[in-house]
Amino acid sequence: MGKATVIPFGPQHPVLPEPLHLDLVVEDERVIEVIPQIGFIHRGLEKLVEKRDIHQFIYVAERICGICSFGHSLGYAETVEDLMGVEVPKRAQYLRVIWHELSRIHSHLLWMGLGADAFGFEALFMHCWRLRERILDIFEATTGGRVILSAVNIGGVNRDIEDSELYAIVDKLEGIRGEYHEICNAFVNDYSVASRLVGVGYLSQEEAEALCMVGPFARASNVAYDCRMLGRGGYGDLENFQPILSDEGDCYARVKVRAAEVEQSIDIIKELVSKIPHDGIGEKSKLTPADGAMASNVLEQPRGECYYFARGNGTKNLDRMRMRTPTSQNLAGMVKALEGCELADVPNIILTIDPCISCCER
Amino acid sequence: MGSFKLGKMTLRSLFGKPETVLYPVQTRPMPEGLKGHVSNNIEECILCGICQKRCPTEAITVDKKAGTWSVDGFRCIQCGACVRECPKHSLTMEPTYTAPAATKTAFTMNKPQPSEEELAAKAAEREARIAAAKAAKAAREAAKEQDA
Ligand code: SF4
Ligand code: SF4
Repeated sequence: MGKATVIPFGPQHPVLPEPLHLDLVVEDERVIEVIPQIGFIHRGLEKLVEKRDIHQFIYVAERICGICSFGHSLGYAETVEDLMGVEVPKRAQYLRVIWHELSRIHSHLLWMGLGADAFGFEALFMHCWRLRERILDIFEATTGGRVILSAVNIGGVNRDIEDSELYAIVDKLEGIRGEYHEICNAFVNDYSVASRLVGVGYLSQEEAEALCMVGPFARASNVAYDCRMLGRGGYGDLENFQPILSDEGDCYARVKVRAAEVEQSIDIIKELVSKIPHDGIGEKSKLTPADGAMASNVLEQPRGECYYFARGNGTKNLDRMRMRTPTSQNLAGMVKALEGCELADVPNIILTIDPCISCCER
Repeated sequence: MGSFKLGKMTLRSLFGKPETVLYPVQTRPMPEGLKGHVSNNIEECILCGICQKRCPTEAITVDKKAGTWSVDGFRCIQCGACVRECPKHSLTMEPTYTAPAATKTAFTMNKPQPSEEELAAKAAEREARIAAAKAAKAAREAAKEQDA
């Protein structure tokens, strides 16, 4: 047994474009303790509710994260709608879910690319991102933006998607599915991927539950929790929604869960498009939140459950807005998964929780 | 298990058309609804200042006295709030991006000042309206007196 050494990891590190700093206490090549630190890019977005009114804050909420930007605007809008008791037409709810599931596909493809990059499979990385561009093209055509969509307002959505266009989107996704299978084949059946990921960063179901893990990270440890099961908005009309689980609990299981979730999202979009009603897309609500009114909401972001809380004060600005993003939930689990691993596996384990530190530091 | 699972795909892209374009020599077609930049049909604009109030980034400045409307393309985040809120629907979102520039400058538009004849026509119209209202009032009062 060698002497313990501390190796600093991040906040700038080639494998991780996220400002996360870890102090890795290593003995020989084995990590025995991990001390995480965040807070390098705190932006104070929650404080901005005092300056921007409830409608303007949508554009701030969207900028919490560049990848789940649509999810944050959706989660925020749903919370404020609860606060004021606004009814959203069914079509708008379906469109929101369709965009949200598209963001999940693009987020998971982005992550799979980064994962492949982390274990050194450059060609796979490029192909994942190539497919992701197709999803961004759909966003561009339907909302006018590739990353920041500004498609939601409080009370509905800003743009409708024609039925013919919706069918075209489904056809496009079906076209992507074939290429996606080839990519998944590389992830799931390639010997070099398995040799880097199988058995790495194991987290048991008990540990995942005790540490309150969320999202695909938890589901890979067999925790059957997915906010989409709660059936809010368009999700309530799905025939049968089952979260995708795996009981293996290692990095490989996390890849497999996300890979399967992309297909699940395509199926959800297909189902919703086939039964989308025509009752309008809603319009911007003219109400203001009552003094002391409170509302909270959870939304399944690509990385897991995101919690929103809002309190009104009778003016057009909110009194308090709070978001708890999935990555801040998952950091404890990541630290646990890192304990006892090989130094060379650290980047892979960090990446398989799909960290979004920028989201953490609103 | 096995290796070279991605071989087919990689070979295909080796002989296929490249996915990327040689920007800025080549550009991709812009979709119709792209949020590029805000433009104002100044003839329609009444300089009410609602767009300035709704803009989350304070990119728009409306000066009613000087008759100018200006937008700072480098502050604007293309959210489209102003376009949706304008009561005269004079704002539109054009599908081309703001061109790169060495300095950040706002783009200002002047509301054309009405010519002498237009002003005269407007004044005449107003006077006619007042006269009509006065006549109507007199008629109403006359009717009332008759009733009484
Ligand atoms: S809201 Fe419309 S009419 Fe009013 S100042 Fe702006 S552009 Fe002009
Ligand atoms: S698009 Fe949004 S940011 Fe740009 S000028 Fe209009 S309101 Fe302001």
